[in-house]
Amino acid sequence: MSTAMLTYLFVGASFSLYIGIAIWSRAGSTKEFYVAGGGVHPIANGMATAADWMSAASFISMAGIIAFLGYDGSVYLLGWTGGYVLLALLLAPYLRKFGQFTVPDFIGERYYSKAARIVAVICLIFISFTYVAGQMRGVGIVFSRFLEVDITVGVIVGMGVVFVYAVLGGMKGITYTQVAQYCVLIFAYMVPAIFISILITGNPVPQLGLGATVADGSGLSVLAKLDKTLLDLGFSPYTEGSKATVDVFAITMALMVGTAGLPHVIVRFFTVPKVSDARLSAGYALIFIALLYTTAPAVAAFARLNFVETINNTSYAEAPGWFKNWEEIGLIGWVDKNEDGVIQYAAGAAFVGSPTFNGAKGVTGERSLTNTPTDSTNEVYADRDIFVLANPEIASLPGWVIALVAAGGLAAALSTAAGLLLVVSTSISHDLLKKTLMPEITERQELLYARIAAAVAIGVAGYLGINPPGFVAQVVAFAFGLAAASLFPAILLGIFVKRMNKEGVIAGMLTGLIFTFAYIVFFKFVSPELNNSENWLFGISPEGIGTIGMVLNFLVAFSVSRVTTAPPAYIQDLVDDIRMPTGAGVAHKH
Amino acid sequence: MGEQKNGSSDQGAEEGIYHHEGGNLPTHGHHDEETLKEDVVRLYWRANLKLLGGLLVIWFVVSFGFSILFVDVLNEIPLFGFKLGFWWAQQGAIYVFVALIFVYVVLMKRIERRFGVDDD
Repeated sequence: MSTAMLTYLFVGASFSLYIGIAIWSRAGSTKEFYVAGGGVHPIANGMATAADWMSAASFISMAGIIAFLGYDGSVYLLGWTGGYVLLALLLAPYLRKFGQFTVPDFIGERYYSKAARIVAVICLIFISFTYVAGQMRGVGIVFSRFLEVDITVGVIVGMGVVFVYAVLGGMKGITYTQVAQYCVLIFAYMVPAIFISILITGNPVPQLGLGATVADGSGLSVLAKLDKTLLDLGFSPYTEGSKATVDVFAITMALMVGTAGLPHVIVRFFTVPKVSDARLSAGYALIFIALLYTTAPAVAAFARLNFVETINNTSYAEAPGWFKNWEEIGLIGWVDKNEDGVIQYAAGAAFVGSPTFNGAKGVTGERSLTNTPTDSTNEVYADRDIFVLANPEIASLPGWVIALVAAGGLAAALSTAAGLLLVVSTSISHDLLKKTLMPEITERQELLYARIAAAVAIGVAGYLGINPPGFVAQVVAFAFGLAAASLFPAILLGIFVKRMNKEGVIAGMLTGLIFTFAYIVFFKFVSPELNNSENWLFGISPEGIGTIGMVLNFLVAFSVSRVTTAPPAYIQDLVDDIRMPTGAGVAHKH
Repeated sequence: MGEQKNGSSDQGAEEGIYHHEGGNLPTHGHHDEETLKEDVVRLYWRANLKLLGGLLVIWFVVSFGFSILFVDVLNEIPLFGFKLGFWWAQQGAIYVFVALIFVYVVLMKRIERRFGVDDD
């Protein structure tokens, strides 16, 4: 069977599985729609959380980014796993005890304020849509490369599948499809990683292969060889960073705290039966996540090594098929600067901007570019997103592995998109309509509104996927920075500081939000030419500024709450109640 | 290693507080249920905070300490095919994060049993 046939088969089979699960687990009440009835087993919830969390960015982009950044890529590994420690220790058990449906629910009730609830809803919707646009782009890439269909068709098919299980099944449908999607995505990630680890080092465990000796007789370890190879080509060594320590610190902190404050992750812990299950479930979630996150740096190093060795000083005529396939999609570009027909790879950009083709073919058969070449000897442009997807081809693995990776990438993108869309729809139907604008609606009406909101949200996400705003990549920093600067401090203070009142928390959230928002907008959109470390506050880039936003949030919240009245007695009792694990709402079995 | 040491010293401290304060309970005068319940809430919460503090110190040390602030120093030390600082940043810290959550699950259950507030 051809690779394309296999890919259709794998993707088709996995999609049917997701839809089958959705039909089996239809939601009948708002509790089932919002929190899956609260009866999900901690291990199942751990898997669902892992799939919910690991997005197209984790599956497709992360290893590629690390492959290029080397040590500096550690911020993603540390940030996106370390946040779970904060979540498990500081937030999840208490929010489960609180036992409502959404994150704005907690903020609205704890701070006895509709204004606080609305601020939280705004943060949540902004964070979630920023994130979901990236997922839809991931779906588009996989479809256009592996199934050779138009990106638009790909996104519409993806939307259709998410529509079926999110609108029908709500949280209940999403939970069990996410369990299946985790299994698909982790299998799809591990199989090629293991193959490549064996090929390069002879060690089947990628985590160990990363530190093993390259099986080419050189006697060097993978990382030592990579350092040496890159140095020879004019790059800085792989294992040493080039970012300033203060910036690495701030970015890691913003990503960690932002992770713990992401609404679609937090709500997963509303779905387990007990408070202690919320803790346990966070532990399982991190095991499932760590499996991929400790493999990714190995994949990154192997991919970089493989890429350099197969491409550098190879004549274009003899270049492997994948090089030309990705060139066809426009994610690889080659300009033969010295006109020798041989591909030279070195440090520095090959040309200005991302590749734009003029439709003609060059002397050696490559797609001609209209970009202005740079002075660098480098002739190759390679988009970071291709590394995981191209890895099986680069390592010449069999067709079924390539098909598997396509199905895995889709599982990662769809599971995260569904989780995000659900929190958007519940915050609209529950927080905005039921709790604020239309308190008189019945549960059935609320459920209907939730489904309508989910359908509309999917439509918006699909539109963003087909017409990606040019700034998608730039705004990812928003999602984490804003979650770190707004939601996380508000929730944390609500649990750990009894004296915190609505005045303090609203002032804090707005300060964190506006400061972080303004800083990112200024450096990313208003004056991008100033976006360098000389102009940054304390040398912190827009990616890490959420950390400062968070500190400001805490400072303002404490100062304001000092000079305003303490929260009413019933709120202080509520806090006492949240802190005790006993007496959480009873769950029902599935 | 650092973990275990911290965990056990924390436990000792909790035990100490509990027995100590427990012994002092009658000095509150009334034995009424309300006072007792408030004491349990307060002591349970204090034990929880101590445990949290200890675990978060480890969390900070392996991520921001070993992996970022002291990475250059640790990189001088080889660990199999890795430089030690690089290994912490891309592997080691993640393993410790997983361990921290499970240590918390187990020790928290123990604290809750001791105060009679576990949810089983």
